[in-house]
Amino acid sequence: MILCRRLGIAISLMCAGSAASSERGSDGQLSIIYWQAPSLMNPYLSGGIKEMEAASLVLEPLARYNETGTIVPWLAETVPTVENGGVAEDMTSITWVLQDGLFWSDGTPLTSADVKFSWEYCTAEGVGCAQVEKYKGIADVETPDAQTVVVRFDGAKPFPYDAFVGATAPILQAAQFADCLGPRAPECADENFAPIGTGPFVVTDFRPNDVAVFEANPNYREPDKPAFSRVVFKGGGDAAAAGRAVLETGEFDYAWNLQLAPEVLGTMEDAGKGKVIMSFGPLVERIVLNFTDPSSAHGETRSTTAHSHPILSDHAVRKALSIAIDRTILVEFGYGETGQTTCNILNAPELYASTSNESCLIQDVEGAKALLDKVGWTDSNGNGIRDKDGVELRLTFQTSTNAVRQDFQALIKQWWSDIGVETELRNINASVFFGSDPGSPDTFQKFFADVQMFAGSFDGTDPEAYMSGWRCDKIPSPENQWQGSNVSRYCSESYDALALEMESTGPLEKRAQLAKAMNDMLIQDYALLPLVGRGRVSAHANSLGGVVMNAWDSELWNIAEWHRLP
Amino acid sequence: MLTYTIRRLCLAVPTLLFIALVIFMLLELAPGDPTAQIPLTVPPEVKAQMREALGLGEPVHIRFGLWLWQFFVIEPMVWIDNAVGTAWAEGKTRVISWQTRAPVMDTVIERLPQTLWVVAMAYLVGILIALPIGIYSAYRQYSVFDQVGTFVTMVGYSVPPFFSGVLVIMIFAVHLEWLPSIYDTTHRVVDWDSFVVQLRQMILPVMVLSLQTTAQISRFMRSAMLDALREDYVRTARAKGLSEWSVVMVHVLRNSMIPVITIIALGLPQVFGGAIITEQIFKVNGLGQLLITAIAANDLPMVQTVTFMLAVLIVLFNIIADLLYGALDPRIRYD
Repeated sequence: MILCRRLGIAISLMCAGSAASSERGSDGQLSIIYWQAPSLMNPYLSGGIKEMEAASLVLEPLARYNETGTIVPWLAETVPTVENGGVAEDMTSITWVLQDGLFWSDGTPLTSADVKFSWEYCTAEGVGCAQVEKYKGIADVETPDAQTVVVRFDGAKPFPYDAFVGATAPILQAAQFADCLGPRAPECADENFAPIGTGPFVVTDFRPNDVAVFEANPNYREPDKPAFSRVVFKGGGDAAAAGRAVLETGEFDYAWNLQLAPEVLGTMEDAGKGKVIMSFGPLVERIVLNFTDPSSAHGETRSTTAHSHPILSDHAVRKALSIAIDRTILVEFGYGETGQTTCNILNAPELYASTSNESCLIQDVEGAKALLDKVGWTDSNGNGIRDKDGVELRLTFQTSTNAVRQDFQALIKQWWSDIGVETELRNINASVFFGSDPGSPDTFQKFFADVQMFAGSFDGTDPEAYMSGWRCDKIPSPENQWQGSNVSRYCSESYDALALEMESTGPLEKRAQLAKAMNDMLIQDYALLPLVGRGRVSAHANSLGGVVMNAWDSELWNIAEWHRLP
Repeated sequence: MLTYTIRRLCLAVPTLLFIALVIFMLLELAPGDPTAQIPLTVPPEVKAQMREALGLGEPVHIRFGLWLWQFFVIEPMVWIDNAVGTAWAEGKTRVISWQTRAPVMDTVIERLPQTLWVVAMAYLVGILIALPIGIYSAYRQYSVFDQVGTFVTMVGYSVPPFFSGVLVIMIFAVHLEWLPSIYDTTHRVVDWDSFVVQLRQMILPVMVLSLQTTAQISRFMRSAMLDALREDYVRTARAKGLSEWSVVMVHVLRNSMIPVITIIALGLPQVFGGAIITEQIFKVNGLGQLLITAIAANDLPMVQTVTFMLAVLIVLFNIIADLLYGALDPRIRYD
């Protein structure tokens, strides 16, 4: 568009194309921008997505999820199953066999001892391992020989693919981290900044929250990969600036997590320098309804099961609130192509997605009004707000501070006021809302409000732990320091029974059936109102080839295949 | 003067201790959670274990005492070890960041170069532009130059960097494609060409930052000059037949520099505080960005240490400004 096309910086000079070739390091430098920069390179100590993704260039698991959510072998020879004998008939153990001739980037061989060590590292006392849930239920890890790892569980484990699978549970080098067990983990700054891995790249320079520089791993198992010799992993700024750097100025090749308004992203893409890519996983933006009374009059027992909610205990009110919402407008307004309407709380993988709730896609204001009329919620005093037995339909609606969420709040407030429900809106700083400071009254777990909105998801593809999050014993309360994933305080015996059944069910189809039944129960009871299935959105330069967007694992899972297009 | 300096330095110690306590308590009482940024896929029990591992289970006074010990005893030991090669600090835990699980001071030192390159350079450029503008505006008060200068500095003063920063990126990086919009902190200056690259990536952030400094200091310079120009000794100097140059540049300027120099000295600590917004916009990732990301992540040891170091610099430069005042103005004596 402008005649003067001087190249911006050295980076773009290096980027000036070379053909996709079959030699390691022949494509020069790859520049990646993550607007939230990684603080360290050890996913076990951080739990954050940015750290997990940065570390995935270096650290690898035994198996991981591909773009369809299927488990594929990575460092292991094959994915063990009952059929191939890798998983015991009684589901109490799983046997992984490592590929032949795997080496760490320092040239030493990868052995089963390293795998065992990774388990010990994460489960050691006092380390505060973020991924300890992945290693739950493991009684022992045995290493009969250098290639073989046998994981023994406490009991039958129908889904044995949590440990050592996916970018959140990679293998650490025992030799490097041997002195970093337990409370000594934080003393290992050098190790946490530059772990030795088996992945396609090696850390050469790491500056926390700023930049990480990688070079091709000379001992990588595929001799012709990776195509890039150097990766610069830059952080800082915001999503808009990251999008601009790839789509408008072309200074960078890949930008992560571009949650921007649809029209902003569209304008950037029109500059013609890159492509926006997306992929949908199980992340669902939802409204959670409080089944307990948050009124401050109850003091210590507010938002506990001691008092049921005066309005939201009524199934008809919950249903009316749901059908008054136009999910299509929410998606168009807030997410554009990067969101999908959904009527399920468990909307992916496809196998687990129920199809029996699609009616929620159609907004029905008149139906909602009729429903409320029928059960006796009428506007008896003419103030525009429905009431019954002296209780008015007034709700407090809280969420985290975020432009899209505040737009959603305003739209929903309008729709609810159309059916005679008055809503008071609150927004709370995300670090307070999602924090678990027991002194703060504003956390989403304490839920001192009637209605709240946030996005939730689960790791990997197995929804067992996610769905069991709505069991009665997962309700946050003062007794458990308000820890618990069942923030709606939903409690149903038949739901708990299904959750229990799933824990001991092996066959995939049967598990899917159970998960769908649990989803349908939550949805048809209107315990929560799913709104939008949110995708991961990133962007890459037109000259970058081989990118396969993945919502189930690290986005950079196949970076060894990335190359420069001519 | 020496006794005064010593007295001021001694007084600074309780002040700083009090500041440290206030910062600590403010951070302690504010709601927030270092594990808040971790995705909801990590269960709450695991987050509780993580907080435990960060030392959050300890009572407040123990954690404050520990921080004081680490900052005032162990960190200096590390410095001495590095300088002399002793091993006093070996095996002792330094101030550790919750985000990076690494010593806070290492990160701070890592961030210093880009902050000094960009923010200090902007301060310098700002001063160099501001002084002549201020001098000439005052000398030709109400002239076209003065009016335009007033207008431009007012605009510079009132336009926030989150607007001017994005504006210059849109013009020079997106449309003209002359300059980079992202600062490369790994860039090393080794020869002329790499120096040019460094210069190019500094132009935009320095431009945005120096606009603010220029606006501020040129206003001070102008008013100080105006005050001095009205003095009797200026009339005397003119009556003696001195040239305009020596009247303005020697008699007026030297006297009006006294308040301006103290203002410049008082502004210096801000350089080390970095420029939070501008650093974010251009991804300079200096001390300002370090502080703001630490605040966002509730990384209390990092926030505490960085803010406290700023407090030390501010107290120190206040003392320096006072001493400079005495040194420059013979009428002011502290003893």
